[in-house]
Amino acid sequence: MTDEVATAVVERFPGSIAADSHGQAVVYVDRAALADVARYLRDEEQFTMLADVTAVDHLLDGSRIEIDGVTPERFEIVANFLSHARNRRVRIICEVPEHEPTVPSLTGVYRGANFPERETFDLYGITFDGHPDLARILMPDDWKGHPLRKDDPSARVPVTFKGDPSPR
Amino acid sequence: MSDVRDPKEEEELRLERQTDEGAQELRRPTRTREVVIAGGGMWPEDELGDTMIINMGPQHPSTHGVLRLMMELDGEDVLRIKPVVGYLHTGMEKTGEELTYVQGCTNVTRMDYAAPFSNELVYSLAVEKLLDVEVPPRAQWIRMMLCELNRMSSHLLFQATNGMDIGAVSMMLYGWREREECLRLFEFITGLRMNHNYIRVGGVAADLPDGWEQRVLDVCDVVAAGVAEYDELLTQNPIWRERTVGVGVITTEECLERSITGPILRSTGFAWDLRKSQPYLPYDEIDFDVVYTENGDVFDRYRLRLQEITESAKIVRQCVEKMPAGDFRVQDKKVTPPPRARIDESMEALIHHFKLFTEGFRVAPGETYVAIESPRGEIGCYMVSDGSGKPVRMHIRGPSFYNLQAIDAMGTDSLVADAVAIVSSIDPIMGEVDR
Amino acid sequence: MGLDQVPHNFVTARLEDVVRWGRRNSVFPATFGLACCALEMMATGAAHYDLARFGMEVFRASPRQADLMIVAGRVSQKMAPVLRQVYDQMVEPKWVISMGVCASSGGMFNNYAIVQGVDQIVPVDVYVPGCPPGPETLMHGILTLHEQIRTGELLRRREGSPTGGAGIDLGREPVPVELSS
Repeated sequence: MTDEVATAVVERFPGSIAADSHGQAVVYVDRAALADVARYLRDEEQFTMLADVTAVDHLLDGSRIEIDGVTPERFEIVANFLSHARNRRVRIICEVPEHEPTVPSLTGVYRGANFPERETFDLYGITFDGHPDLARILMPDDWKGHPLRKDDPSARVPVTFKGDPSPR
Repeated sequence: MSDVRDPKEEEELRLERQTDEGAQELRRPTRTREVVIAGGGMWPEDELGDTMIINMGPQHPSTHGVLRLMMELDGEDVLRIKPVVGYLHTGMEKTGEELTYVQGCTNVTRMDYAAPFSNELVYSLAVEKLLDVEVPPRAQWIRMMLCELNRMSSHLLFQATNGMDIGAVSMMLYGWREREECLRLFEFITGLRMNHNYIRVGGVAADLPDGWEQRVLDVCDVVAAGVAEYDELLTQNPIWRERTVGVGVITTEECLERSITGPILRSTGFAWDLRKSQPYLPYDEIDFDVVYTENGDVFDRYRLRLQEITESAKIVRQCVEKMPAGDFRVQDKKVTPPPRARIDESMEALIHHFKLFTEGFRVAPGETYVAIESPRGEIGCYMVSDGSGKPVRMHIRGPSFYNLQAIDAMGTDSLVADAVAIVSSIDPIMGEVDR
Repeated sequence: MGLDQVPHNFVTARLEDVVRWGRRNSVFPATFGLACCALEMMATGAAHYDLARFGMEVFRASPRQADLMIVAGRVSQKMAPVLRQVYDQMVEPKWVISMGVCASSGGMFNNYAIVQGVDQIVPVDVYVPGCPPGPETLMHGILTLHEQIRTGELLRRREGSPTGGAGIDLGREPVPVELSS
C-alpha cells in the first residue's frame, strides 16, 4: 500500500517516484523541484517541520538500492519532513550529479534549513541556491576540501610510539 | 610594499584577506553606521563607533562547551547575536563510516555526552530497522528505564549549569550531588559512568545485575528530594524570577519554522513529545504526562525540565514494577555474540564471536531515518547501508544543532546578561552540535 | 624564573620549599572543558569528589588568573589556535594537565578533525588517561602534579629540555601568525 502523501506528491510533481523504505514513505524528486516540493508539503500537506537535510556520497558503494525510473548519481540530498497534525513523516530524496553539485535551498520555505545546509556545503561541497549565508560552519574557514566526500582522506594517522623529544 | 598607504584602504584589504566570521560580520550591513570590532588590540581612539562586535567564547565559563557567540552590542544591549559553532567538530560521521555496525555505538555515544543512552538507542534502532530485527521485550524495557534515568541525569545537569550561569552558584553543587547518584547507578548497571556503550544492536550488552530494583528506587527517592529542594530554592525566588520571567521569549511559529524540538518547543505551549506521538519503546504501556508550559521564556523552560525529572522518575518506578523476564538481547547469531562461557565449549561459538568482533555483520542495502526524544529534543539517525559491514552514511540529526537557531529569535534586543541566560536555557551540548 | 638568581644555600632551599608549598596548595585551574571530560572535571570539583580540599575549587575563567590548564576533551582543528592563545595568556608558572585520551593522543578519533594529542600545541606536564577518566583518576593526576611541584621536578625539566617539554620541533622556521592589530 503506497503512502497517501507520497501519492499526492507524485501526482503534483510528475516525474517523481514514490518508494517504500522499511515501512517509511520516500519520494524521489527532480532536484530542480526540491524547494517547490517543500513548499507544497508545508502549505498543502501540513508538514510543519523540516526534520533534517543531509547528503550522501555513493562513490564507493558496494551495492546500491535501485529504484525504477531514478537515475543514480554520485550525491543524494535527503530531506526528512514531519507533520505534527497528521503525525507522519515523509522523506524526499533527489539525485545530485558530481559535475554540477547544486540544489535549490530550502531556507525560503523553512528557516531551520540554514544550519544543516551550511553543514552539507561544508562537508560535501554541494551548494544551495538562495541560501542567505552559505559559508563553512564546522571546519575552519580556510580549510581546503570537503571532508565527508569519499575521496577526501580521513587523515588517519598511523599509530606509532612517538620518540621522546626531550632527554630526561 | 609601500610604507605610505591610506589606513582605511589598508583596513579594507586586511578585512578582505581575513576569512574568519568576525571579518565577515564587519563587512555585512550593520544596524548602525559605525562599527568597531573588538579584536584584542589597542582601541583606535579617533574611530570609536556606536556599536561594537564582540566575541563571547569559545572559551568562557558561561557557554555550554565551546560555543562562540558574536554579538553586536550597543552598551549592554544586544542588537544582533550569531552563534559560531565547529569548535568541537570531531569528524564522527566520517569515523562512523570506517567503523563496523558493532563498533558504531562507541562512536555515536560520545556525541550528546550528557545523554549517551539516547545516541546509542537511536543508532541501534536505525540498524535494527535496516536488519529487520525484533528486540525482545525485556531489552526494550531495560532501554526505556535507562533512557529515562538518563533524562533525569541530563536535566539535573541542566539545573546545575543553568543555576550557576544565572547566578545561583550553589545550584551547581546541588545538581551534581543528585547527578552523582544517577552516575553511580549507571556504573553499577553498565560498568561506566558516562559513554556507556551499553545499548547495542539487538538489545543491551548485559543483563541487569542483582539488586537493581532497590538501587533504582533509592535513586528515584534521592532525586525526588533534590527536586523538591531546587523548587523551594528557585521557583518563588524573586531574584530568579526577575532574571528569567519574560526573558528569551519564543513563539510556537518561530520554533516550528526553525525545526526546534524538545523542551524549547514544549515551553511555547505545543505539547509534542515523540514518546507519546510515535513511541519507539513501550511508552504506550506506561502512564506519564507530557509536560508543557505556555510562555516560552527561560523560567518556563526551567520549570518544564524540573517537572520532566519528576515524570521520568514516575516512568522509572513503573519500569521497576513491570519489568518482564526474558532475553536481554535478540537470539540471532548474526547480531549477538555468544555468551562467554560457550566460547570455551563450542567451536562454532568461538568462530561467531571472532567474526562478529573483527568483521561485524553485514546489512542489506537500504536507508532509514529513525527519531527518538532525547532530553534536548528530536534526535534522529539517518543511515544508508550497502550490503557491507560498514555504513555508507551515518548521520545523526542532533537536536542542539537546530535548537541553536533559536538564539537569534530569543536573543535579539536583549541584554548581555540575558544572552547568558538564554543560551543556558537552550541547553546545547556542543558534542552533538558539531559532531 | 626569579629563584635562579638567588644563591643556593640552606636558607634559600627552605625558601624554595615554602614557595613550592604555596604554589601547589593553591593551583587555580582555568576553565577549559571542551567535551565529555568536562563533565567529569566538573564532577571532580563538585561536592562528592571535592577539589576544594586541595585549594582548587576556584575555576578561573580568565587565563591571567589561572595556574593550571586542564585540557578536558577533544581539541578540534578550529579550537587549536584558541587553545594556544589561552595558554600563552596564562602567566608563569603554569602547568598543563591533558585529561582524557582525546587530549593526550587523539583518543578514538584518529581522523582529520582532531589534533592527535594536545602536546603538539602546548607542553603537557601530566597525562590522565581514560574515556572519560573518572574523578578519582583525575585527582590522581592532580596529586601527581602537586608532587612534582613539591619536588621542583617540573620546572627543572622544562629548563633543561631543548623544546621546553613540548613535542614542538623548534628546528623549523616558525610560521608568522597574523593577529588582528
